[in-house]
Amino acid sequence: MSLQPRTLFQKIWDKHLVVQEPHSPAILYVDLHLIHEVTSPQAFTGLRNRNLQVRRPDRTLATMDHSIPTTPLSLPMADTQAAAQLEQLAKNCAEFDIELFDMDSPWRGIVHVIGPELGRTQPGMTIVCGDSHTSTHGALGALAFGIGTSEVEHVLASQCLLQEKPKTFEVRVDGTLREGISAKDVILALIAKIGTAGGTGHVFEYTGTAIRTLSIEERMTVCNMSIEGGARAGMVGPDDSTFEYLANREYAPKGLEWEYALEAWRKLPTDSGAVYDRSITLNANDLEPMITFGTNPGMGIPITKCVPDPSQVGNADTRQSLENALTYMGLQPGQKLLGQPIDVVFIGSCTNGRISDLRLAADILRGHKVAENVRMLVVPGSQKVKQQAESEGLDRIFSTAGAEWREAGCSMCIAMNSDKVDPGQYAVSTSNRNFEGRQGKGGRTFLASPLTAAAAAVRGEISDVRTML
Amino acid sequence: MAQFTQVTSRVIPLPNRNVDTDQIIPARFLKVTDKSGLGEALFSDWRYNADGSEKSDFVLNHKHHQGAQILLAGDNFGCGSSREHAPWALTSWGFRSVISTSFADIFHNNALKNGLLPVIVNKEIHQSLFDLVEEIPTVALTIDLASQSITLPDGDALKFPIDKFSKNCLLSGIDQLGYIMSHDAKISTYETS
Repeated sequence: MSLQPRTLFQKIWDKHLVVQEPHSPAILYVDLHLIHEVTSPQAFTGLRNRNLQVRRPDRTLATMDHSIPTTPLSLPMADTQAAAQLEQLAKNCAEFDIELFDMDSPWRGIVHVIGPELGRTQPGMTIVCGDSHTSTHGALGALAFGIGTSEVEHVLASQCLLQEKPKTFEVRVDGTLREGISAKDVILALIAKIGTAGGTGHVFEYTGTAIRTLSIEERMTVCNMSIEGGARAGMVGPDDSTFEYLANREYAPKGLEWEYALEAWRKLPTDSGAVYDRSITLNANDLEPMITFGTNPGMGIPITKCVPDPSQVGNADTRQSLENALTYMGLQPGQKLLGQPIDVVFIGSCTNGRISDLRLAADILRGHKVAENVRMLVVPGSQKVKQQAESEGLDRIFSTAGAEWREAGCSMCIAMNSDKVDPGQYAVSTSNRNFEGRQGKGGRTFLASPLTAAAAAVRGEISDVRTML
Repeated sequence: MAQFTQVTSRVIPLPNRNVDTDQIIPARFLKVTDKSGLGEALFSDWRYNADGSEKSDFVLNHKHHQGAQILLAGDNFGCGSSREHAPWALTSWGFRSVISTSFADIFHNNALKNGLLPVIVNKEIHQSLFDLVEEIPTVALTIDLASQSITLPDGDALKFPIDKFSKNCLLSGIDQLGYIMSHDAKISTYETS
């Protein structure tokens, strides 16, 4: 083994490298393969056509999340196409002996919420899923990234992935986050700075005091949106917070195995003197609550600032993108976003659908009502999150305020079920994408933190949550 | 895997930057269990009015673009979700190649696995191609993978980069899973070590 100081990424890469031939991508071993209903059916068809088996069902885990309804699950599904897709997943898992958390499972949830919460996601692992937000799992010190359906088939058949080695990109966040500023604001600020292609070809490693003080769930929020900055993966070196988070979770190692695991995990963090291909530093002290105004996650501003004016932009392509975005969003150049009336608030998704996110939103809503004419959906990221929230009485805070309390799922983040923003409506959403039509055809999305979203729900307009703390 | 050797075709210009996979194919079309017919949903929200009729001002609907196989796209094409339905929709519509200055990583990988050639050019060439298509909307380009070149009507050839492995796979239609499985013994050794 090399004595050169190595990054966290390099250590995991080296350990999982099965074959590296000249002029070819690496063949990388995959420790955990997560699958869901939307990006797996064609991969199973491919396996059948080739008469192949799933190599490691024990390293494969399936859940239902993208297209399921979030209304009570005892009802028959109105969407027959989605129902058929879910049935296909159940059939595929039964045929190939893959563990599936189906509609009735208390462990079902969004694939990137359940992996960590059940302890399947562990430091040092390679994790893939046919979903770009797989980067979430990097919060525990894993190398995790989204893949396409052809690659899902490759991993099912071989437990390996062909992969060009990415470069490393240190995102250092120094300082301390002030009150009212959360992990979501950190990642939105980063993407606003580097753009949606800023991390293309790279893996982010988040370092610095502000990252160290984030909880594991908050680190998941940051890593989750790495893909929105163009990086396929984001990671944080595991530390005592990571180990505390994992201890005693359902699939975490136990007893002597836990001790062995800890010993290995403690060797994972980046060695001092290791070199990254690129670096950027943000100062947490300078951050404000962030919100997007446009149609990609890079179009974000501090909430007190004004929407940019395209006429002030020199580059013709950038100017055109900005003009298109403002037209779609129905916003004026130079206008303030504070005070902008909104129609919908969505709390949930693999970005901000965990228990700590629901607690933040509930704190703002406690004793308040959702503003008239605002529809608020609160969708827990998993059934376990739902149970936990209900045991803490958060569901009653939301319901009393007038919000809809739902079953777990991707819901209005991707609008594959009936949870949609209507054409022309404005939504403040804790999800990860403000692309045109992402939350429903013609819907307009402002991405923000759970705190900012809850503040908007109470006031009926975009508001600075710091005035409500 | 789908093969790619050469394509000669008219070019559809779509200069928008950061075209995300939700635009290429919106999520509501992902509730399928096969790959067929996705071309109808390609760029659906930009292509059709609410009543289902075609938007006459969208480039894909222009008469002289029907049958074109090359998409000339803006920077960072294919960002966002990992859905392979995006290249499936593009190839189903008839595209064989997309030219841009850059592609999002996952889209790039997915395209290569479906015989859809992502051609990366520098900003100057990119702009000159848009200028050319604006000047002569029916201009035909030839993209040749073996020589890694785009040939213009005047015979000028512009080079583009591609990694050797992807190039060989596309030229010979080599199956990437077959390549991985040819190392089965090493995978087994890895698993027992």
